[in-house]
Order: sequence, then structure tokens, then C-alpha cells
Amino acid sequence: MKLEGINLTKTFGSHHALSGAEFCTSDDARVIALLGPSGGGKSTLLRVLGCLLVPEIGSVSMDGEVLPHDEVGALAERRKNGFVFQGYNLFPHLTALENIALPLRSVHGMTAPDACARAQELLERLGLSSHANKRPSQLSGGQQQRAAIARALAPKPRLLLLDEPTSALDPVMTGEVLDVIRELAESGQNIVLATHEISFARQVADWVVFLAEGKVVESSAATDFFTQPKNPLAKRYLEGLSKYR
Amino acid sequence: MTWLNSRSPLALGIWSIVLIAGVSAALYATFAAVQYRWNWSGVWPYRYQFISGWLTTLGISLGAMLFSVIVGFLLMAGGRSSWTPVRLFATGMTAFLRGTPLLVQLLIGYYVIANALRINEPLLVGTLLLGFFEGAYLAEIFRGAVESIGASQRESARAVGFSVPQTYRYVIIPQAFRRALPGTTGQLVSLIKDSSLLSVIGIEELVQKVRILNAGNYTALEGYIPLAIAYLAVTLPLTWWARTLERRFAYET
Repeated sequence: MKLEGINLTKTFGSHHALSGAEFCTSDDARVIALLGPSGGGKSTLLRVLGCLLVPEIGSVSMDGEVLPHDEVGALAERRKNGFVFQGYNLFPHLTALENIALPLRSVHGMTAPDACARAQELLERLGLSSHANKRPSQLSGGQQQRAAIARALAPKPRLLLLDEPTSALDPVMTGEVLDVIRELAESGQNIVLATHEISFARQVADWVVFLAEGKVVESSAATDFFTQPKNPLAKRYLEGLSKYR
Repeated sequence: MTWLNSRSPLALGIWSIVLIAGVSAALYATFAAVQYRWNWSGVWPYRYQFISGWLTTLGISLGAMLFSVIVGFLLMAGGRSSWTPVRLFATGMTAFLRGTPLLVQLLIGYYVIANALRINEPLLVGTLLLGFFEGAYLAEIFRGAVESIGASQRESARAVGFSVPQTYRYVIIPQAFRRALPGTTGQLVSLIKDSSLLSVIGIEELVQKVRILNAGNYTALEGYIPLAIAYLAVTLPLTWWARTLERRFAYET
């Protein structure tokens, strides 16, 4: 999958989250890591790529097709994607099973038995089958994130977008969630992942987009990026993050 | 004796009896001190009048409750509309209904507006006017509940592909419902009591019946004490019912 961003600009009030970000991945990129310091625009870029946000200027194209900017078109695009955020993804009033089955029924038009079967299948795949009827508050943070991943995967998304999915978790839970993401990456799922887990990104990503201050400072194949980053900022960031891990 | 401070049914029962006995004793002492002369036999013949007033109050309250929930929901939804005239109308109506006395709304609504529209049904008009008044308060309670649902929930709803109506139906309203319950119950209890004001447009509801009864016998408390009990007989079960609803929809966020 080829992702291309042209002159992407997105502001929130007076804050420029993205100011003219530009990048282009290779034609066969599958796991794209968005790296960079906090506040650099990773989350905003991820939301723009997934059509959760529409940029004021610029455009994104996916395999040569430009993503729509109108609400109807953006909603249709969002329905093809799967999202997982930092935390508080799940609907607290619904069980883990209902969290997955409800969008399948009401958004993707599945019948109730089909949606339930698909939800069970995913919960089982993510090792949560014994927690199907628990509410999110009865699950650990890691279980919640795995349930959120299950929900995102249920409609077989073209693209799975993960926004720092482990940054609210302790190391053990981080491990269990990263295991799941690695399996997905190895099974061929298209993924865009914003993260600070550098060593994990090094293992799974095949393309890296490095952002700082709302601009893309480096966009290159993962092997090149991790062995010889061209940009001095990226280099310092990598050194700083790998110091203690 | 820590069990006396526990939430066990026995401890709650014992404390309830102690508190009721204490309050009764205090009341009795107060009435004894002012040497109130009771005249229960004078008010007894009015019992059927009293019950008919109570039923009128119940009917008005029930009708106005249903109507006020609809009004409250519409005013809340209108106030959040992105369409400016709708939003202005809804917020303006809410401010007007909350900001003026119910008494004035009843008088103008019945003697001017309903009269101009040639509607001569005091019960119907009174019930609707009461529903509008309480609905404006409910609109603000509902608005608070809806706005308390966090941005991350709205974003999750967008992310799973819900449209705006679906987001309200599946995510916001079910969660807001639970948060709006305590405030809504309080408002509905107020509504029952506010229904007494409908006597100004000639409706003989419970309070009006008690006034007639007292006027006929030169009594006061013989009418007002049963009046208070008759209101409690409705408001207490409503409060308890709301509590069980709250428990049923309880979940941690």
C-alpha cells in the first residue's frame, strides 16, 4: 500500500498541529511507523490518514486515490478503517462482546448471529474468550486494549491505525499488546502505528515517517532509518530513546 | 458495636425506627406546646373530595411528566443543533421558561394564548404548560449529562464508523441517561408539587381541594397534614423507583 501526503496542514485554534507535512511511502509499504517527539503531529497525521480529521490544506492519497474531504465521503472511508487509541477506546456501558458486535450490526449490516459469531471469533483469537461478557471496567488495561484491537479488526479493515496503543499500559501489558500487533503485522495486515516504542517499531515497521513540529523531517524505509538516519533531529531522537532500552 | 453502623437491613431497620420515633416525638411535643385544637371530625366528610383532588394531581403530574421529558429532550437537542435559528429558538425558550414564574406562564398561557386559540380545556392546557415549564429544567439536566460524555467516547464512536445519529443512539444517550437520572428524578418530584399552582386556572387539584376543606371547617393542619402525606405517597415511591433504575444502569467508567 502506498501512502502519500501532500502539504498537509491542520490547525487547532492557533496551534499548528500539522504545517505542510509531506511524505510518500514506497509502493509496497505495509507497516508504517509514525515516530517523533510528543507534540510533533503524529496523532494528528494518523487521524488525517484515517479520515477522522480533515486537513485544512493539502491531501492524502492511498494507492493513488485521494481521500475525500466532505463528511459523507470521510464517514465511508472511516468505515473501511480500524482505529485503536491510547486508552478509553471501549464503550463502558457495553460488554466486550457488544463493543465488537454492535458496530458490525449497525455499521456493517451484519445479522445479529453473524456479528456475535465474528465477535466471539476475534475475542478468541486475542485470548479474551473468557472475558466476552465483562464490561471494560472489569478488564485490565492490556485486556481493554486487546478488546479494542479486536473491535478494530472485526470488520476486516483495509488499514489498521494505532495511536500510541501501549503508552497508558505497564510493561507487562505493553508486552501482551505488542505481541498482538506483531502477529497482525506478520499476517499481512496494513498498519499505521504512531508510537514511542522504538525497538518494537524497528522489529515490525517497513517504512518510517518521522515528524517534528508538524512537519515530516524524514520519510524512509525502516532499515535505512534505523541504521543511518539522515536527519540530525531523528538521529538525536533515536539515540535518546535507545539509551535505556 | 460496628454492626449498628453497617448497611445491613437490620441496622437500617433499627435506625429507621429510631429516627421516625424521634421525629414523631418532636412533632408531638411541638403541637402540644402550641395547644393546637384538632377537629378531625369536621374534615372527614370531605374525604371523597380529597381523593378526587389527589387523583387529579396524579393525572396532571403523570401527563406533564411524559410531556416534559419530550420537551426537555427536544429543547436539549435543539440547543445543540448546528442550525442557528433552531439553536437560538431552543436556548431562548429554555431561558424564558426557566426565567419567568410558572404562575405568570399559567395565567398568560391559559387566559391569553389558549383563549386566543379557542381552547377551553383547563386540564389539558394546564398539563401542557406545566410540561413546558419543567421540560426547560430537564433540558438543562439532559444537556449537562450529554456534555459530560467525554471527547474520547465521541472519537471512538466516529472511529468505529457511527454516523452522528448512531453516535447519539448507541453511545451518548445510553451513557447520558444514567447520569441524568438523579437530576431528572428531583425535577419530576418538583413537578408533582408545582402542579398545585394549576389552581390559578380553576383546576381543583389536591391543594385547591384542601383549601376548600379548610375554609369550610375553619381548620388548617387537619387538611395540610393529610395533604403532605398524600404528596409523599407519590414522591417517595418515585424516588425509590429512580434509585433502583440507577442501580440497574450502574457501571464504572
